[in-house]
Amino acid sequence: MNTNLYNYLLGIADNSLILGQRLGELCGHGPSLETDIALTNISLDLFGQVRSYYQYAAKVAGDNRDEDTIAMMRPEREYVSVLLVEQPNTDFGYVIARQFLFDVYHYMFLTELQNSKDETLAAIAKKSIKEVSYHVRFSSDWIKRLGDGTEESHKRIQNAINDLWTYTDELFHQTEADKEMINEGVGVDTSKLKEQYYKHISEVLNEATLVVPDLKYFQKGGKQGMHTEHMGYILAELQYMQRAYPNMSW
Amino acid sequence: MKKEWPLWEVFVRSKNGLEHRHFGSLHAADAEMALENARDVYTRRNEGVSIWVVESKNITASNPEHNAELFEPAQDKVYRHPTFYDLPDEIKHM
Amino acid sequence: MSEAQIKSLEEEFEARIARDEKIEPKDWMPEKYRKTHIRQMSQHAHSEIVGMLPEGNWISRAPSLRRKVALLAKVQDEGGHGLYLYSATETLGITRDELFEQLHTGKAKYSSIFNYPALTWADIGAIGWLVDGAAIINQVALCGTSFGPYARAMVRICKEESFHQRQGYEITLKLAQGTPEQKAMAQDALNRFWWPSLMMFGPADADSPNTEQSMKWKLKRKTNDELRQQFIDQTVPQAELIGLTIPDPDLKWNEEKGGYDSGEIDWDEFWQVVKGHGPCNKERMKARVSAWENGEWVRDAALAHAEKQQDKKLNRAG
Repeated sequence: MNTNLYNYLLGIADNSLILGQRLGELCGHGPSLETDIALTNISLDLFGQVRSYYQYAAKVAGDNRDEDTIAMMRPEREYVSVLLVEQPNTDFGYVIARQFLFDVYHYMFLTELQNSKDETLAAIAKKSIKEVSYHVRFSSDWIKRLGDGTEESHKRIQNAINDLWTYTDELFHQTEADKEMINEGVGVDTSKLKEQYYKHISEVLNEATLVVPDLKYFQKGGKQGMHTEHMGYILAELQYMQRAYPNMSW
Repeated sequence: MKKEWPLWEVFVRSKNGLEHRHFGSLHAADAEMALENARDVYTRRNEGVSIWVVESKNITASNPEHNAELFEPAQDKVYRHPTFYDLPDEIKHM
Repeated sequence: MSEAQIKSLEEEFEARIARDEKIEPKDWMPEKYRKTHIRQMSQHAHSEIVGMLPEGNWISRAPSLRRKVALLAKVQDEGGHGLYLYSATETLGITRDELFEQLHTGKAKYSSIFNYPALTWADIGAIGWLVDGAAIINQVALCGTSFGPYARAMVRICKEESFHQRQGYEITLKLAQGTPEQKAMAQDALNRFWWPSLMMFGPADADSPNTEQSMKWKLKRKTNDELRQQFIDQTVPQAELIGLTIPDPDLKWNEEKGGYDSGEIDWDEFWQVVKGHGPCNKERMKARVSAWENGEWVRDAALAHAEKQQDKKLNRAG
C-alpha cells in the first residue's frame, strides 16, 4: 500500500473527525436554537468529508479496514490530528475561536488541494470547499459579533483567542508523509500558506476590535500522535461501541 | 424583560423557478445572521436557491376585519375567468 | 363588547372551524382558543427540544460514521421542528423567551417520554421506532388542525420526520439480526420503551376531560385511546417481523374488534413522571436551563453588535 498517501489522508481526515466530534457534543446545548442548528450543520459537513477521506484511505490500504475501523479502532498515538481541534467546548467563545482558527486554515488548504494530482483528493476538495467557505463566513461573522458586542463577550472571545493561539503554528508543520506527498504534487505545501493565514486572521481580529496575540511559544505534537489530555476522553466516547462490541455491524 | 433577537420572516425560492414562498420565521440579531440562520434552518434538504429575509415588524398585513370589503367584491367578477366565455365545442384548446 | 356580540362572534368562529376554514393569527378568536393553543403548541415545541437531549447523548458514541451522521441530522431536525413550532406559537402573541421561561420554571410541560434515560445504543433505535412512531400518529392527525400556523408547521414536520422512524426501525432491525448480544440489547430497549411509548398518547379517554373541546377545534381528530390502539396495531407486527417480543403478557389479537387487546398501563408511573418525578426530569431541565443561561452573553453580544452596526449606518446616512 502507498503508506505516505494513507498517512497523508489521515492527516487531513483526523482534524475534521475530532472537530466534528467536538461540535457534535454541542448539539442540543447551543446558545440559541438557530445557532445550535448551524453548529450541527458544520459538524455534519465535517463528518461527511471525513467519510470520503477514510473510505478512500480504506481503498488505499486495500485490506479489511473500512471507514469505521480507521475512524474508531486506532490507539491514541496513531491519531494525527492537530492539537487545536481537540480543545474543549469551554464556552461559546472557545467554540467560535477554535472554529475560526481552523476554518481559515482549512479553506486555504482545500483551495490548494483542488489542484492535487490525485484525482480523488482533488474531487473531495472541490466538494468540501463549498462547505468550508460557509464555515469561514459563519465563524468570522461570530468573531466580529463577539469582539465588538459587549464588554463581556469581548473579554471572553479575546481570552479564547489568546488561549488557542498556541496551537495555530502546528497547522503548518509537515510530517514525513506531508513532505513526500508535496514532492509528488499530491499534497499541499502548507508552508506557503502560513503568512497569508496569519495576515487574514489578523485582519479579521482587528476588525473585531481584538488584539492579535504576540506569542513566541507554540504547542505541537498532535501530528506525531502526541495529544493533550483531552484526547483520551474524546476517543473513549468515539470508540466506545466499537471497543465494547468488537466485530459487529450496526 | 431582557431583549430578544428580533423575529424575521423567511422566503425561499425553490429550484423549479417558482416565486419566493413564505417558509416560516426565525430569530436573528441582524440581517446577515437571519440569512445564515435561514439557510441552516430552512434549506437543510436542498429546498432552495434563493432566500429573502425581512424583519417581521416591517410587514404590513391586511386586517381580517376588512376582509369583506377587500376580497368579496372580487367574487362576482366572473368575467375575469376563462370559463366565463362560451366557445364552440370544436375549439378544443384556447 | 357586549356578551351577545361575543356570543355571536363565537358562533361564527365555531362555524368557520366546522366548515374546515383555517383560523389565522390576526383573526378574532376566543381567549380560551388562544390559551389552549399556546399551551399545546409550546408543549409540543418543548418536547422537540427536550427530546434532543437523550438522543444527543449518543452522538459522540454512535457505533459507525454512517449512524453518527444520521443521528446528528435527526437530532438537528428536532431542533428545527422545535423552532417551527415556537415560531407558530409566537404568532399568538407570546415571545420565545417567555415560552422558554415557562419551560425552565416548570410551568410548561413536555412529553414525559424524554424523562426516560437512553442507556444503550439500542435505545436510539427504540426511540426512533417507537417514540417517533407514536409522535407521527399524533402529528399526522394535526396536519388538519384548525389553527393555520400550527397546521402548516405540522405539514412541514411530518414531511421531514418520515425518515426518523425508518432510521429507528433500521437500527433495531440491524440489532435484531445481529449477534445474540445485540439482539438482547434490542429486546431490552423495547422492554423499557414500550410502556412509556403507550403513555405518550395521554391518559385514558375516561380521564381526559378536554377531549371534546379539542375535537371541536381539531386539535385532536381521534381520542387518546383510539390513537393508542392504532399505534399498538401497527407496531406489534413490526416487532414480530424482526423477532422481538412486545413486553405485554396480556397482548393478544382480538378478531372481533380487528385489533389487539393489551394489558393495563401503569398510570401511577405515568402521573409520577408527569408531575416531575421521572428518572431524568431534573437532568433534562438542568441541561436546558444551563444551555440557556450559558448562552445569554452570546445572545446579548449579537444584539449589541447589531445595534452598533445600525447606529453606524444611520450616522453615515446622517
